[in-house]
Amino acid sequence: MESNTTVAKLPEMVKKHQQNLLATWVSHQLASKHSRPGLIKESELRQQSQQFLSAFIQALQNGASFEIGSSTWAGVRDILSQISRSRATQGFSPTETALFVFSLKQPLFSVIRQELALDGVALADQTWSTTLLLDELGLYTMEVYQKGREEFISRQQQELTELSTPVVSLWEGVLALPLIGTLDSSRTQVVMENLLEQIVSTGASLAIIDITGVPTVDTLVAQHLLKTVAAARLMGADCIISGIRPQIAQTIVHLGVELGNVITKASLADAFAVALERSGLMITRAASRP
Amino acid sequence: MERIPILKMGEYLLVTIQVDMHDQLALTLQDDLTNRIVETRAKGVLIDISSLEIVDSFIGRMLGNIGAMSRILDAETVVVGMRPAVAITLVELGLSLKGVRTALNVEKGMDLLRAQVARKVSGNGRSPD
Repeated sequence: MESNTTVAKLPEMVKKHQQNLLATWVSHQLASKHSRPGLIKESELRQQSQQFLSAFIQALQNGASFEIGSSTWAGVRDILSQISRSRATQGFSPTETALFVFSLKQPLFSVIRQELALDGVALADQTWSTTLLLDELGLYTMEVYQKGREEFISRQQQELTELSTPVVSLWEGVLALPLIGTLDSSRTQVVMENLLEQIVSTGASLAIIDITGVPTVDTLVAQHLLKTVAAARLMGADCIISGIRPQIAQTIVHLGVELGNVITKASLADAFAVALERSGLMITRAASRP
Repeated sequence: MERIPILKMGEYLLVTIQVDMHDQLALTLQDDLTNRIVETRAKGVLIDISSLEIVDSFIGRMLGNIGAMSRILDAETVVVGMRPAVAITLVELGLSLKGVRTALNVEKGMDLLRAQVARKVSGNGRSPD
């Protein structure tokens, strides 16, 4: 088969010109306008290129398949994911990361041209199949890079969710829940669970939900708030919603959101006063000062 | 047949659900409880569900129904000791047990029941027994 002969030739060519290829490749990477000498040392770049090239040759020699998903290419894939992940953390842009593989094209093609200068058809075939191979490897690099970024984002998101839902004890039997940021269903779930756990462990009978830090209240957010209030009520704790800004009060009325018989207060201080009154407590000024 | 015990304590009835509820058990409880309220002329019912781990819409509705029935028979109902997971489940099911009072534990539940009954008695203009 024709494709087999071209594949068979590629490993030999690359092997023969390995040193030369490495040198031109590295110099290409360094000379590129996307090169970032501040982010990565030349020695490290050279080492990465060396590693990739030897794994590349190994894979080419081991199998006639250009299918980079196959086990033959596992070594190359490993090295690429390593490099891609390290670049993502080093602060390389997607383009710069992808160029690691794509910049191999030019040196590799000149080797092929040199070797197959007399056979036009073979030259074209070889160039085409090599392009396909390098493209796939480049795309694989991008995929890993993207995955790394996505993991990073989802980890941050999770941390944010946990960070921003503290339940604090204001007084004996009075809990406060200062909400910061938008309430979506997954956050409401976390908030609700936290609040209910705290109600059980502290035996609180009153919880103040402060929404000063919630930027907008739409019907969905209101629904989530009411759900939390209903769940707390089932556990035997009353809820007060405080920190309602004028803008939000207007929105709530315009949207026709029915807050039912939930107590609402403009500020946390007002809500706390209600809480104290409910507990039969009073704050008085100590002896008057002269 | 399996039954949930109903204990009389003064003018209140105590129901402690210690096993997982199934539908028949819930219906039996509803039956027994209404009978006992009439029999003992109870003023309040306290249902402790702290051991209840699994609820479905039927059990949730049953709790609400018991509350409504007791009210018709002139007895207040307080449900105590609901677990967080159960509370979340009920809210997600859209059952917020509007007619039933709730408290965190038996102690607070009894306090609430006493206050409730006292208020009702004074509100009706009758002297407390």
